[in-house]
Amino acid sequence: MRFPETLRYTPSHEWIEVTGKKARVGITDFAQKELGDIVFVELPEAGRTVKAQQACCVVESVKTASDIYSPVDGTITAVNADLDKKPELINEDCYAKGWIFEIELTNPAQIDNLLTAKSYSESYAT
Amino acid sequence: MYEKLIAELSSPGRNAFSLTAWNGEETSVGQYIPENLLRTEPAKLPEVSKIDIVRHFTRLSQKNFSIDTNFYPLGSCTMKYNPKINEETARLAGFAHTHPLQPASSVQGLLKLLYCMERSLSALCGMDAFTLQPAAGAHGELTGMMLIKAYHTKKGDGVSRTQVIVPDSSHGTNPSSAHLAGYEIITIPSDDRGMVDLDALKANLSSRTAAFMMTNPNTLGVFEKNILEVADMVHKAGALLYYDGANLNPLLGICRPGDMGFDVVHVNLHKTFSTPHGGGGPGSGPVGVKSILEPFLPIPRITKNNDTFLLNGYCPDSIGKVSAFYGNIGIIIRAYAYIIINGINGLTRVSELAVLNANYLMSRLAGSFNVPYKEGVMHEFVISLKKEAQTYGVRAMDVAKWLIDNDIHPPTVYFPLIVEEALMIEPTETETIDTLDEFIEHMMAVKDTMRGDPSLFHELPRTTEICRPDEVQAARNPILTWHDRN
Amino acid sequence: MDYVPASDNDIKHILDTIGVSSVDCLLNMIPEKILRKPVDMPDGMSEHDAAKQLKKMACANHDIDRYPCFIGAGAYDHIVPAVVRSIAGRSEFATAYTPYQPEASQGTLQAIFEYQSMICELTGLAVSNASLYDGGSACAEAALMMINSARNKNRILVSQTLHPFYKAVIKTYLQNIDAQVVAVPAKNGVTDLDRLDGMIDDSTAGIIIQSPNFFGCIEDIKPVSEKIHRAGGLTAMVCNPISLGVLASPAECGADIAVGEGQPLGIDLSYGGPYFGFMATTKQLMRKMPGRIVGMTSDHHGSRCYVLTLQAREQHIRREKATSNICTNQALMALQGCIYMAWLGKNGLRQIATQNVIRAHYAQEQACSVKGVSLMYTAPFFNEFCLKIDTGAKPADIVAAMHDKHGLLGGIAIESMGSGMPDGLLVCVTEKRSREEIDLWVDALRKSI
Repeated sequence: MRFPETLRYTPSHEWIEVTGKKARVGITDFAQKELGDIVFVELPEAGRTVKAQQACCVVESVKTASDIYSPVDGTITAVNADLDKKPELINEDCYAKGWIFEIELTNPAQIDNLLTAKSYSESYAT
Repeated sequence: MYEKLIAELSSPGRNAFSLTAWNGEETSVGQYIPENLLRTEPAKLPEVSKIDIVRHFTRLSQKNFSIDTNFYPLGSCTMKYNPKINEETARLAGFAHTHPLQPASSVQGLLKLLYCMERSLSALCGMDAFTLQPAAGAHGELTGMMLIKAYHTKKGDGVSRTQVIVPDSSHGTNPSSAHLAGYEIITIPSDDRGMVDLDALKANLSSRTAAFMMTNPNTLGVFEKNILEVADMVHKAGALLYYDGANLNPLLGICRPGDMGFDVVHVNLHKTFSTPHGGGGPGSGPVGVKSILEPFLPIPRITKNNDTFLLNGYCPDSIGKVSAFYGNIGIIIRAYAYIIINGINGLTRVSELAVLNANYLMSRLAGSFNVPYKEGVMHEFVISLKKEAQTYGVRAMDVAKWLIDNDIHPPTVYFPLIVEEALMIEPTETETIDTLDEFIEHMMAVKDTMRGDPSLFHELPRTTEICRPDEVQAARNPILTWHDRN
Repeated sequence: MDYVPASDNDIKHILDTIGVSSVDCLLNMIPEKILRKPVDMPDGMSEHDAAKQLKKMACANHDIDRYPCFIGAGAYDHIVPAVVRSIAGRSEFATAYTPYQPEASQGTLQAIFEYQSMICELTGLAVSNASLYDGGSACAEAALMMINSARNKNRILVSQTLHPFYKAVIKTYLQNIDAQVVAVPAKNGVTDLDRLDGMIDDSTAGIIIQSPNFFGCIEDIKPVSEKIHRAGGLTAMVCNPISLGVLASPAECGADIAVGEGQPLGIDLSYGGPYFGFMATTKQLMRKMPGRIVGMTSDHHGSRCYVLTLQAREQHIRREKATSNICTNQALMALQGCIYMAWLGKNGLRQIATQNVIRAHYAQEQACSVKGVSLMYTAPFFNEFCLKIDTGAKPADIVAAMHDKHGLLGGIAIESMGSGMPDGLLVCVTEKRSREEIDLWVDALRKSI
């Protein structure tokens, strides 16, 4: 399993990639493997304000459904519409084509409290 | 293999229907109803002949497993023999051909039956009153949770008691029903014997607790021997104790939920009381209560005034109606037939044999399979295939498919959630020891095959109409009607 | 009386294998003070003796074969063809379990798929579930679905003309969650569209409106849907499936959700159940729909097959976050509905609906020729209508007299169903009523008022 060093992680298996004031969020390689074949993603609405650890969308496989929590406070600015037609992008390429939403950070300092690739993979991805 | 849809048999102008004669004037719809309220295109129902219908659906029926053709050791579902007399009884014109709104005076026989059914269930469960209105187990749970809410509200605790506690081994409907009744769900772990963890329960009970929902025996088939302590703790906290009747089958004449301290129970007539499952319904989920909750029961209530039975719609504290009419009456009639035929002596024997058959199967299988919770097993038990999954790569679902290939409906798989690779086995009392022995032989063959060629399992089933369906495609690109094809 | 096959020898063998001397050794974890307490219930009897007793109870009821039925109000006396009872009664269908194991349940699954397809044909909508408990709970589920489909909208408008029992079930279901149920007043037996305007606001999740409504009147739903849609809400239309043979479909009326009582589709009256509720909706709302859904797919050899799908909405996976707490459907009833719809076919549905219109209007015209009897509302109707009795005779007494003296189930005093109107008699006439029966009924009405 792959956990890119450039990303930050949450114990609930989301990754976040920060670029300036914005960030992209998806689920980790570990999470997509645990869920199995993804069949549907209920995307959040763009423009919605969310708090860190707030459930804001749902990823479904055949026999499970998993809430996705925002890693940070912010406003959702974009969602990955490709997932509507091809939810399997999360299985195929969870860190790039399988991103889920983009968020504008309210409090960029929150990023520092998130897990590094090393601590996530050691403590949670097992 | 026959795989046509009824729509694919359709041919324009072909008919199966016939109408009653009308010797009045043949007027037209347009004379009475303005055009803007009328349908512009007819509904394209299939145009088929009677013989098409009969053959098509008969052939479909042959693609099913059923109690009348297969053994179903399906845990928590109590798939027992469904007596034929039940069916005959429910179809009597005096029952099947009565309108729910005809005068009470014209359905005294039916109202008497319903009244007697309420009394019988009360006696068997140790409760004071019953409603027959809920149409299924989950519907009964919802009704029960609403009764609890109404009780606390009447006492003035409605706003402060916001939580319902459930064990992690509970059925999915429990938290879901409590949630719909407006409650927040607190899930507590089971202890290492699979029972309610008393410390965890104690830690979570408070002045905010409305109820604790459980089943006994629990979903591992294990009787909660601390049940009296549990009831006491819950009641001391001012909360009520809810009984999910999914596992009532080993308790008839043996031990009553009311005596254990439960305040509300729902029973599943389609499990314990032998009514057919119908491929997923109709069931029936009557709810019983102790007298403190009786004022809140759904309306109408069936009452007896001297020798006359009435439907009473005036109960000011009632939660209201949960069904349009009075519940799945046809199912209740079947269950009533079962109860009077068995009587208390027969029902007690039902439960005793349910316990004996399950313990027989367990003691024969425990040598070859891991049964993580054996102590206090009643009518069902759970095997864990965790080791087999690790060693041979054969999972619970693979074993299920093996059994299907051998004409046996598999046990409940992957439930309860607290046992990894679970197979939950409930033989019921209506199976002969020969059927149980055959099942044991199959399970032994499963074990041998795992050791020999475990890869075989992944190709199963092979003898059925279809092999494993592509459920991922079904969910990703849903085809939900015959229009969606192609 | 015995459904337990174990012989004494078998029991001995079982006990020996387990290694205990009696079943009570397996019950020793049950606290003694609650073990085997006496139950106040007689011992059992033979099937034959029980059948005698049960037949006696059945005979004490006045069934519709002997008492021609002019009662509707949510349960309708239509023809149930022999083919429906006979095939749905096959034990391969009746004694099967829920189709969780698709390889062992293709019969049930395909039948439900066909049922869903035909419900979509009737309603004109794209998706149907595998059925719900009954018409009442289907209305409540529609209300929950509308609330769950919108963010921050919790107001449900319910037309006053909806069946009072359905209103009651909606109220029960919604009483404990964050929802507001608001009644839309009626005028002349139909929903008052002028009043509706002022009631729709930003928090309105949707409206529940019935046509033909409780009073039998056909509502003009299209303008209602347009008003609701403009405010971002949804329309749930409650309809009688037989009426859809001639009346505008929910899709044509702009409804987002269609629900109703499935009993008219070949289900025995059975004193109120088991019936089934049907529900159909649009593709957009598919994943918000409660209950089971069957989908077509292929197996690993490429053969066409069926499975329960979109299960991530359901309680066994979502627990408290599920779209509904419903677990079962009413599969066997939906199967009956499916066979019935195939029996009717395209032509039968239209003809049977037409016969309902013709016979009901004949009955209404004859009834209104009786002095002191008139039509309560002028709105067009399908197979049910509300009579106004001006003679001072109470409808409840009229109903009783028609039953006791004339052997008819003559209608319903609507006041008894909590709808006010002490002078209203609700009457239903289906394709099953012959002209002779209708004439008899008119005569009985004349003599009873």
